[in-house]
Amino acid sequence: MSTIVEKIWNSHVVAEQPGAPPLLYIDLHLVHEVTSPQAFAGLRERGLKVRRPDLTFGTVDHSIPTTPRTLPILDKVAAAQVERLEDNCRDFGIPCFGFHSSHQGIVHVIGPEQGLTQPGMTVVCGDSHTSTHGAFGALAFGIGTSQVEHVLATQCLLQPKSKTFEVRVDGVLPEGVGAKDIILALIARIGIAGGTGSVFEYRGSAIRSLSMEERMTVCNMSIEGGARAGLVAPDDTTYNYMHGRPFAPKGEAWEAALRLWKQLPTDEGAVYDRSISIDASTLQPMITFGTNPGMGIPVTGSVPDPSSVSDPVERETLAKALRYMDLQPGKPLLGHKVNVVFIGSCTNSRISDLRSAAAVMKGRHVAEGVRVMVVPGSQEIRRQAEAEGLDQVFRDAGADWREAGCSMCIAMNGDQLAPGEYSVSTSNRNFEGRQGKGGRTFLASPLTAAATAITGVVTDVRSFLHHG
Amino acid sequence: MDKFTALASKFVVLPIDNIDTDQIIPARFLKTISKDGLADQLFNDWRYDAEGGPKPDFVLNQPVAKGRSILVAGDNFGCGSSREHAPWALTQFGFRAVVSTSFADIFRGNSLKNSLLPIVVPRDVHEWLLGNPEAELKINLAAQRLTLPNGRAVEFPIEAFSKHCLLEGVDELGYILHQEAAIGAFEAKRPITVNTLA
Repeated sequence: MSTIVEKIWNSHVVAEQPGAPPLLYIDLHLVHEVTSPQAFAGLRERGLKVRRPDLTFGTVDHSIPTTPRTLPILDKVAAAQVERLEDNCRDFGIPCFGFHSSHQGIVHVIGPEQGLTQPGMTVVCGDSHTSTHGAFGALAFGIGTSQVEHVLATQCLLQPKSKTFEVRVDGVLPEGVGAKDIILALIARIGIAGGTGSVFEYRGSAIRSLSMEERMTVCNMSIEGGARAGLVAPDDTTYNYMHGRPFAPKGEAWEAALRLWKQLPTDEGAVYDRSISIDASTLQPMITFGTNPGMGIPVTGSVPDPSSVSDPVERETLAKALRYMDLQPGKPLLGHKVNVVFIGSCTNSRISDLRSAAAVMKGRHVAEGVRVMVVPGSQEIRRQAEAEGLDQVFRDAGADWREAGCSMCIAMNGDQLAPGEYSVSTSNRNFEGRQGKGGRTFLASPLTAAATAITGVVTDVRSFLHHG
Repeated sequence: MDKFTALASKFVVLPIDNIDTDQIIPARFLKTISKDGLADQLFNDWRYDAEGGPKPDFVLNQPVAKGRSILVAGDNFGCGSSREHAPWALTQFGFRAVVSTSFADIFRGNSLKNSLLPIVVPRDVHEWLLGNPEAELKINLAAQRLTLPNGRAVEFPIEAFSKHCLLEGVDELGYILHQEAAIGAFEAKRPITVNTLA
């Protein structure tokens, strides 16, 4: 009896020698412009080739502008980095969706979109949100640049085995509560180091009833709970999403793959190192108040008080967060003014995220003085949204409809908060300066972000849905 | 990779939990295609004001920090992004070890590949360090021992393989490349999954 994590692990161990961690085979390696140039340089220094360009794929997302693609990249340093990835991919024979590709997008959006991400795979990328791909029942985790070089050169990694951590979410989500709220609630409960050394397996009826895009939102933020990976066993929802995608198996190969994939789910009676259970019906829309994703509360809650914390370092950590955010203990977040709303990122930039935001914003206008940026996760999503008229809904509401990229989630490309500004953001990190030096981030769902865009203050989307 | 054997140094304290890699080196400095030149960007937004002047109250700007090669920080140091620029910036600034009660997984792995030693100590030892900021520490990697000036020796965990790489100054890639036969054999029996070149 094994868990899905153990099954994938066991089928990918290449060698296990005494005194060294297991050598794990990698089925899919995604590369982007920011964490790969030094790895390619390392290959050149050693005179090495890319072992399996056919298991490697590149795209640009982090440092590119989200202005129209007819414009050049004005930031010379970013332009050089983008060009370097395109050159490296060409020189080493790796396929790449470059800056002008009509399929370009955020690396964790395009993998699933293209059918590259498949159940039972090991997937790595030099990016901590690689956990997103776990939604397909893949063991997917972020790696550093040294390991990017290892995988380019050998298609393998030395990797200590992780513990298994069962996250059960049962019950029916209330109206206005979604995947983002599940994961923010989990992290608020276990803390941002709660999953250190573990892989989350999300299961239970509430997870089963999520769409693939919602599962990606949950798995995406596994790293914010300290786990390098998080996954959901594949089921018909997975197969229906994958069928017919460009790189998904076709015909007989599809049938053969299905037979293998159906053996992946965790066996009845398999034992986890740790388990936690969440009742979906008790969840509320979540929002963060502080400077890490574990500092989250229900949107109707109050900012906690550092004086109630006994450990001195913990107390100072919370006090420092509230100083940075300029928030008063005991006060609610509801009604707090925001300057910017950002809808996008590898957490929440997929078509269903845009649809739910558009449903709230349709026929309404963003509050005066609030800047609203909507950034689709990929060119494919942008085209789909435009075909459905969502771009027009956003534009009519006074929001800015952009080109695909990571944008203000990481603020490398000029899309950023000014010092002191507040945002409600559908992204994954509220660290100090994450969205621009001195900027202050409240993380929330696309619904909460859209409602906040309309009112200009932190808003409970449930009252908005009922009274709006 | 540089060899790491032993180290004796005073330390710098950042008594904050969950110091993330966006603080260690903000994302806007990640547009570089080089590993070098990151020392000035270490803790940039805590270190410098809006005009780029050093903030006098930040510990790395204080004279006491000069020449110290051990950083003592709170729980879960290095959480967040996988950027290896974080250990690159720390080592280029002059740090060779970070002492905490816990580390985030990816940062810990990245550090070990860059001769930056992550040392996990029990909470009481951590508290002692916070209370004795002028103490000189001795680190002996072969013995996996951190020695306080009061003579107390604290053993710290490290995987045998990482320890070997640090002591010998060799990186993992050489070892993995030597597994060629096993990798080839694995590939020969591996079912076809995806072909990105198709």
